[in-house]
Amino acid sequence: MTTIDVAVDVAASAGHRTAIRARRPPRLGLALSVLVVVVLALAVAAPGLFTSRPATGTDPLAALRGPSGAHWFGTDQLGRDVFSRVVHGARRSMWIGLTATTLGVVGGAVLGLAAALGGRVADAVLMRVADVLLALPPLLLALLAMTVLGNGAMNLALAVAISNVPGYARVVRSEALVVRRSGYVEAAVGLGLRRRLLVGRHILPNTLGPLLVVATVGFGTTMIAVSGLSFLGFGTEPPTPEWGLMLSEGRNYLSTAWWAGVFPGAAITVTVIAVNVVGRFAQARYSRRSHR
Amino acid sequence: MSSSPPAPASTVPGSPATSRTAPAEAASAGKGASETNSVTIDSAATSGPQSSGSGSGAGPALVVDGLTVTFDGASRRGGNRQVHAVRDVSFTLERGECLAIVGESGSGKSVTARTLVGLTGRGATVRARALSFGGQDLIGLREGAWRQVRGRRIGLVLQDALVSLDPLRTAGAEIAEPLRTHRTVDRAHRYERVLRLLADVGVPEPARRAAQYPHQLSGGLRQRALIASALAAEPELLIADEPTTALDVTVQAQVLDLLRQLTVDGMSVLLISHDLAVVAGLADRVVVMYGGLVVEQGPTRSVLAHPRHPYTRALLAAVPALHPRGARLSVAAAGRPGHPRGCPYAARCARGDDRCRTELPAMPRAGSATDADAPGAVVPGAVVPGAVDLDVPGAFEHQARCWHPEPADGPPAAPAVVPAQAGPATATPLDTTPADTTPANTTPADTTPPDATPLDATPAATPTQAAPLIEADGLHKRYRSPDGTWRTVVRDVSLTLGSGEVLGVVGESGSGKTTVARIVLGMVEPDAGSVRLAGEPWSGLPERTRRGRRPGIQAIHQDPLGSFDPRFTTERIIGEAVAAAGVGRARERRDRVVELLDQVGLDAGLLRRRPLELSGGQRQRVAIARALAPRPRVLVCDEPVSALDVSVQAQILDLLGDLRRDLGVAMLFISHDLGVIRHVSDRMIVMRDGAVVEAGEVDQVFDHPRADYTRALLAAVPRPVPR
Amino acid sequence: MTSTSTTALPRPLPPGPGTGAEPAARRGLTGRTVALAVARRAGSALAVLLGAATTAFAALQLLPGDPVAIILGPSTMASAQVRDQIRHDLGLGDPVVVQYLHYLGRLLHGDLGWSYQLQQPVSALIGDQLMPTVQLALAAIVVAVVLAVLSAVMTAGRHPALRAVASFWELVSVSTPPFWLGILLLTVLSFKIHAFPVAGAQGFGALVLPALTLGLPVAGILGQVLREGLEAALEQPFVTTARARGLSQTGIRARHALRHAAAGLVTLSGWLAGTLLGGAVLVEKVFARPGIGALTLQAVSSRDMPVVMGVVMLSALVFVAISTAVDLLYLVIDPRLRTD
Repeated sequence: MTTIDVAVDVAASAGHRTAIRARRPPRLGLALSVLVVVVLALAVAAPGLFTSRPATGTDPLAALRGPSGAHWFGTDQLGRDVFSRVVHGARRSMWIGLTATTLGVVGGAVLGLAAALGGRVADAVLMRVADVLLALPPLLLALLAMTVLGNGAMNLALAVAISNVPGYARVVRSEALVVRRSGYVEAAVGLGLRRRLLVGRHILPNTLGPLLVVATVGFGTTMIAVSGLSFLGFGTEPPTPEWGLMLSEGRNYLSTAWWAGVFPGAAITVTVIAVNVVGRFAQARYSRRSHR
Repeated sequence: MSSSPPAPASTVPGSPATSRTAPAEAASAGKGASETNSVTIDSAATSGPQSSGSGSGAGPALVVDGLTVTFDGASRRGGNRQVHAVRDVSFTLERGECLAIVGESGSGKSVTARTLVGLTGRGATVRARALSFGGQDLIGLREGAWRQVRGRRIGLVLQDALVSLDPLRTAGAEIAEPLRTHRTVDRAHRYERVLRLLADVGVPEPARRAAQYPHQLSGGLRQRALIASALAAEPELLIADEPTTALDVTVQAQVLDLLRQLTVDGMSVLLISHDLAVVAGLADRVVVMYGGLVVEQGPTRSVLAHPRHPYTRALLAAVPALHPRGARLSVAAAGRPGHPRGCPYAARCARGDDRCRTELPAMPRAGSATDADAPGAVVPGAVVPGAVDLDVPGAFEHQARCWHPEPADGPPAAPAVVPAQAGPATATPLDTTPADTTPANTTPADTTPPDATPLDATPAATPTQAAPLIEADGLHKRYRSPDGTWRTVVRDVSLTLGSGEVLGVVGESGSGKTTVARIVLGMVEPDAGSVRLAGEPWSGLPERTRRGRRPGIQAIHQDPLGSFDPRFTTERIIGEAVAAAGVGRARERRDRVVELLDQVGLDAGLLRRRPLELSGGQRQRVAIARALAPRPRVLVCDEPVSALDVSVQAQILDLLGDLRRDLGVAMLFISHDLGVIRHVSDRMIVMRDGAVVEAGEVDQVFDHPRADYTRALLAAVPRPVPR
Repeated sequence: MTSTSTTALPRPLPPGPGTGAEPAARRGLTGRTVALAVARRAGSALAVLLGAATTAFAALQLLPGDPVAIILGPSTMASAQVRDQIRHDLGLGDPVVVQYLHYLGRLLHGDLGWSYQLQQPVSALIGDQLMPTVQLALAAIVVAVVLAVLSAVMTAGRHPALRAVASFWELVSVSTPPFWLGILLLTVLSFKIHAFPVAGAQGFGALVLPALTLGLPVAGILGQVLREGLEAALEQPFVTTARARGLSQTGIRARHALRHAAAGLVTLSGWLAGTLLGGAVLVEKVFARPGIGALTLQAVSSRDMPVVMGVVMLSALVFVAISTAVDLLYLVIDPRLRTD
């Protein structure tokens, strides 16, 4: 949520074109980040590659043991291995994050394009609605949605997606308007191209390209939102490993067993950093390729 | 440099001296020296009161010898690519003199100017045999010492005051800044001084203007305020980097008058410009730069009347105002690229031979004019007689850095170098047949200016009695401003464009000419009035009906880059237009694209390039190729050459002339540049504030303007004729 | 330089009467300009408030299940008669449109309704919890702005290595979930070295860690925007002009660039308000602080819809107030936006 909104707001501010310019991250940081993303993908696809322990097996006798050779990240209050729960938790956490991002981007793209290309009335209605929703803090919007939808991982993803839709819609609309008023679309109009061709050949590709890049960075912030709601106790039910939930459970044992909360949180942070770095790289590349 | 004993630091820097003398910065400069140990206060030249005209101290005010600026272009792939922006540049500037550096983009003229105030930029390495101002060595100055020079001893004026003045601060605050920084005037008198400075540069109601922000001032007032801020701390030298480039022609004339007045008052001015015409009326001497090198220098009159370097000749040839209508402006690019150590102009030079491509001719150093072995060297006797009466001291011979310079007594560069009053009168087109039109026919030995090929000699091109292609009748258009008021941008504009005819539309910024173009193109609907295309209704139609007829009217804009889909290659850009014209099969389409590229003088090797990988001239050619693809009968050209260097502009104008003759396409040609309009058009209209103030045959309008505004416009056009 | 403050907030007005031209310059911002801007703002402010109210009401209507069941709780023995009485009292039997209009009418009188669970007026509940959250938010703003301005002014346009450090810290701070940051701070500073209290809202010490937790991620974003804004401003031609007058780098930052960069910062204020309110939910949970966030969380968990709706209205109100203030601030910063 945050990064996108920032970019939009700054870019949209009247008379101040101080939009955040994407700067290419350093090579080493990029390599590390790509490595993190690859490891994450593997952990999602085959957690067994990293750990042979189950994620849910309890062992009350080994509860709250500190990090050691046997338990790299220690054990939690039920004696479960924190490392293996972090590995297994990747799948659920990433799944919710990806779902929320995808739904938000798709919803935002549909509404944003409808506003930009659908005529004056559609534009006015949709953007007034977006204005109202953007006035509310995204987390509050997600909580409101959770109140209505009820608990559950899918509902959590949906709620976060809903809270992201207005932001994406605004990005897409302003991008589409810029493209629609661009010199090359006018040139194509001047050639007598049909509207269908105009939209399909020029407007959509040039609008959605930047959106995909924005969505990459947006994925990182969505991960934070998702794990935040998870931490607050919405979403995943307890035995299933999920990073936000683990953090929430670990929070109760901070005074005696810091590892139960610190390591899942570190997993979230490292993931978000890696995604942000890759996203910024994509952004820098894209803006260099297509803009002056 | 003479080495007189250091001046005693006697002048009080803070004294509210207001006369145009030069209160020495000795005290503060001395302080800088003690801080950094790298500043040498060399002579007493700075401390003496300076009379107008030639200096009282020994030697010239500004000495630049062997200046070389290299940029560490940390290229994208990590490799270190060095860019030699300025190479071995030498010149001097006398007190009270105006020296102009002329060149196109990339010539190194701006880098040179900024180096003189220590603002070369990041990653730059500056080397020079000598670089001194008023006796102060500028080489190796530390930042603190530079700050004592900037504003205080050398003032800088940049191009566009809208962005060169801080938009968030009032004009008064900006002008007061040097006063505060250098403490030349005590706080209590600052405001008073600001008002006086504004009055001095010809700003009426100074108190009101001082309180206004840059965006509230008109272009002319803004530029005057910028000049006032550069003059505030009474520098001895003013560097003006393209001071009039962003301005309308009438405003430009006012600002040039102001600069002229400054030189008359004894200010030294270094003028940087791409425009020979601007320079001609102002500068005592001219330095022509190309590819970071000084290729020619000498007294303005001599250089303009008898240019010796092929590049200078090409530059003069490219100025439309100097030539009969329809004459070719561009010089054949007959040369081949050579060795990096060769003459940079060899790649474009018709006279280039193997020696040019491998070996750089030397430029004799100023003052050492008798260097024997320098080819193309100074020919003291060859100085044009006119140069003698220039009241500039010193040996400022006319020199060119060329292996094959034009002999000093060679033919004049342009037929129109004539007294300024007679300028427009020579505009009668030469009645010759269009024999040689292809550039390749110009032989290297051909030293005469480019052949004059009148466009309207072709019968097909003359407007006939057939129904006009475009009839616009009583067009009105108004827009809503952000503050809710309505602004009329086009009022009661009518025009017709006959088949094969070129109608010029000239006007300053805000005259509504672009809106007229967009209405004619069918991109904007007029509020009132109508446009008919080829005898049939055109405006007010639903897009569905209009779509099929759009290929018949195509547009060329000032900014071709924005009119290309950034993802597309050249082939796709033109191919889309070819397909829209109904060429369906991929193979035929490609053949047609190559044909079109050939027609606009581009190589098929550019097919795979994206717009960003093309040069400005190439982009405009691609835009023209795309516009030609549907075989239109009308081209609407909206400032098609305004963003281009003058030599590239000449090529594009020639290309448009060829196309008009070969294809018989009619053009609505919009420009702010009267010279360009006169060059290309048959008939013209003059627009101001949305309305047509004058219309008629081009010659008639130029020779016998009826409207006051047209007369003012014509009078304001600077001519490349030395004063 | 007369006033070369690098750490202070961007000054809205041109620096003092140092330049003689100043007194006249102030004329630029008249009372009429301000009044016009506020009036122009009022319409869209009302629209946002109405929209927020409608959103909240729509959420209430979409809420699955019987509100009466929520009010009575799961283990109720209430008779059907009691249920009908409650339903009637709340007007639940009326058509939706009537309910909506009633709801808007009550809002106009400042009546946010009754909490289902706590059996108190929502406005009283919010009023009780407002202060701790306001304290937290203000402290977080101070942390964020001070850190952001410091890091931006020190690094913008300077040595590449310095900039790399700054952008790394910005990256880490925007990528760190605030709740985890809070847990880290608690672990290290409260449990290990006992520098700060673990929980509660008493005294200044209890405010430090929550304010840091809430402020650090915001500082990252603000710092990035400010730094980019400064660097963009420093590349403008007017900076070259100013340097050509002999102004020092510091002088240019203070007198020219910072004001341009501040405009970008002001734009973020609306976003900032939302982030702080949303972040308060998480931070109050981590540090077991009372406040609006804790109240919201409790209400959402127990589906106490009137309280949730009240919080929605509150945050819309805060947003409207802040964006009006931002518009005025723009007028102060940028004379180009003053139209009259």
